[in-house]
Amino acid sequence: MSTTIQRRSLALVLAAGLGLTVTACGSESDDAGADGKVAITVNGQPPKTQPFDRKIFDEDVAKFEEEHPDIDIQPREGFMDPKTFSAKLAGGQLEDVFYVYLTDPANLIARRQAADITDYLADVPHVDQIQPELKEIFTDDDGRVYGLPTANYSMGLLYNRKLFTEAGLDPDQPPATWDEVREAAKKITALGDNTVGFAEYSKNNQGGWHFTAWMYSMGGEVAEKQGAGWASAFNNDTGREVAETLHAMRWEDDTMGQKQLLVIEDVQRMMGAGQLGMYLAAPDNVPTLVNQFNGDYADYGLAPMPGGEGTLLGGEGYMINPKASPEKIRAGLQWIQWKYLNPDRMDANLQRYADQGQPIGLPASPTPDIWVDGEVRDTQESLKEKYATVPVANYQPFVDGLAELDKKIEPPNAQQVYAALDNVMQGVLTNRDTDIGQLLADAESKANQALAQVR
Amino acid sequence: MSTITSRGAPPRVPSVTEPAPPAAPAGRLRRRLTDNLTAYGFLCAALVCFALFSWYPIVRGVLLSFQQVNFVSDPVWVGWENFETLFADPLFLTAWRNTLLFTGLALVVGFAIPFAVAVVLNELRHAKAFFRMVVYLPVMLPPVVVAILWKWFYDPGPGLFNSLLRSVGLPPLAWLNSTDTSMLSLVLVATWASMGSATLIYLAALATIPGELYEAAELDGATVWQRLRHVTVPQTRFVLLVMMLMQIIATMQVFTEPYVMTGGGPEDSTVTVLLLLYRYAFTYNDFGTASAMSLLLFVFLGGFSALYLRLTRTRS
Repeated sequence: MSTTIQRRSLALVLAAGLGLTVTACGSESDDAGADGKVAITVNGQPPKTQPFDRKIFDEDVAKFEEEHPDIDIQPREGFMDPKTFSAKLAGGQLEDVFYVYLTDPANLIARRQAADITDYLADVPHVDQIQPELKEIFTDDDGRVYGLPTANYSMGLLYNRKLFTEAGLDPDQPPATWDEVREAAKKITALGDNTVGFAEYSKNNQGGWHFTAWMYSMGGEVAEKQGAGWASAFNNDTGREVAETLHAMRWEDDTMGQKQLLVIEDVQRMMGAGQLGMYLAAPDNVPTLVNQFNGDYADYGLAPMPGGEGTLLGGEGYMINPKASPEKIRAGLQWIQWKYLNPDRMDANLQRYADQGQPIGLPASPTPDIWVDGEVRDTQESLKEKYATVPVANYQPFVDGLAELDKKIEPPNAQQVYAALDNVMQGVLTNRDTDIGQLLADAESKANQALAQVR
Repeated sequence: MSTITSRGAPPRVPSVTEPAPPAAPAGRLRRRLTDNLTAYGFLCAALVCFALFSWYPIVRGVLLSFQQVNFVSDPVWVGWENFETLFADPLFLTAWRNTLLFTGLALVVGFAIPFAVAVVLNELRHAKAFFRMVVYLPVMLPPVVVAILWKWFYDPGPGLFNSLLRSVGLPPLAWLNSTDTSMLSLVLVATWASMGSATLIYLAALATIPGELYEAAELDGATVWQRLRHVTVPQTRFVLLVMMLMQIIATMQVFTEPYVMTGGGPEDSTVTVLLLLYRYAFTYNDFGTASAMSLLLFVFLGGFSALYLRLTRTRS
């Protein structure tokens, strides 16, 4: 073979190889499993760095497949990541059943990026036992349903019982008003050694998220429906009171530390290290503090939101890929119900957690507070009491106080509204001479622009 | 290419007495394709890579600027709506203002320092290689590591800088926590992290200046400052200009430092064009508006790139 022919052949092989590669990239994988099974991909599988949770998940997959021989579950690691969601959807890589935070469904429904499951719900047991305000988050204006909630949380005041005791405060009588929070923060800060009385987030939209929680706690709103659209509702006396309270705690009381622009991990690190007295958090923060930041269950207490008016609802759920076939939707709903909304498995599930010394007794996973009053809820409560492994009494004030609070969901276009409110939080926490009126007015203008796009 | 032709089928050589008939256009094209087949084959790889990873995303980005997409159903053409959304966003102008401020500060701080360092390094008689390596070292650190390291330097409580200030009796600064100092703080980080490469380029330029020029200047009694002003700067003017343009193009795309260190705060004082673009795309999942913003930045930077090309072409 001459050199020219060899070279040409090589070039053609290269070109053909590239062509094949490109074609392969563009082709859709065949989702159908062997033996006519319906194969579905599901995310929410915990990473290997959480061996217990991973083991529980994998055991559940095996058990589900045993009980449902016609369904093949293909688990994927990871939860909701807005950074990759659209790319995965566009590239056909989005899981058939995907995890969402309760902030996500409104936008996903508006953009039609989740499957309509309304017509399949009749076959899903116990859906009627789920709290209606949680189901509402997955429902559009026409009453069509696009997903199911599987866990929820309500914001409360997480505090360090050890520091409370050291500061001469009664850890069984946590602060119930914002004035009491201020006083407690002063005493805790007075302990010295870089101890911070109260910390607050102010970056990456988390400041806006917590400003919303503050507003709800004082009976306010951040957005309200006006005619067919939405408008911001925080540039008022309640908003001013929130901003002034925070400003006073930061600059007059000097109880919030010098370092600002904090995010959740910064605050959890401070709490885990025993350098923080209080912060606003949901109950699921407690296991995180223990498992990731070397905390101790006995050191933490949870109180209802100070202010006594309302609290912010959050949580998680699952939605289904808008490109999924009806068979996959049915299989996906069977998985969601069996794994996350299954009263028949509660006892055995909690037994597994108890055997491994995992936390039970918090109003969080594996006993999420999602059921209405009735048989299912009663069953869960009695099992929670039976298997409790954490000092339940430390969280009782939170559970007792929750019933009194108005539970409110997040505003529409939450992330953009939070981005606007981040600025208010940053202004009051980083600038002693800030003009609160101006901060609120600027944030109002930005939030209104975001709310005007709500479709 | 002539070598390849000669190795292929030998061309028919027309005789003097027999004039060659003009080849048909189709035949000529075929022959040219056949002759260059090897080259086209090898070119394929580069073309496919460029098409897939550069040209297609650029074209798609331009199209997305005028569309509303959900990646499920067909895109909807919305005309200039994405641009209108962008112009109505109060942060749009803030982001451009902040980006220009960053670029301006980076020119003042980040442009002069590497040149000054290069001049000093060039004058060193001992341990030249060691100091070059020391200056270049930060370039080898991942940008996120740099940002996290500097976050600790800037900590208003026990941070390195405020500890140093306190130790010499000066009041501490708020650094990233104040709208007055946040942007300058980011510029310092970016300068520290990237000055190694610029310094090396300046050092290379300084090495090309003939020693006789300095000798002549010294004989004429020129001071150090005069030698710098009348010999060094004019002799490196072209490199300085090109570096300035490249720096403008690079700093207009600042993202890592505000993203990791301030998240755009405090009070939007460090929201840059790319940070806002990122928010639209990956926080709000509004790829249409994000693409519109990237198109505007593309046009803006395209102007600078054209200027850069023109300058380098004039020089060559």
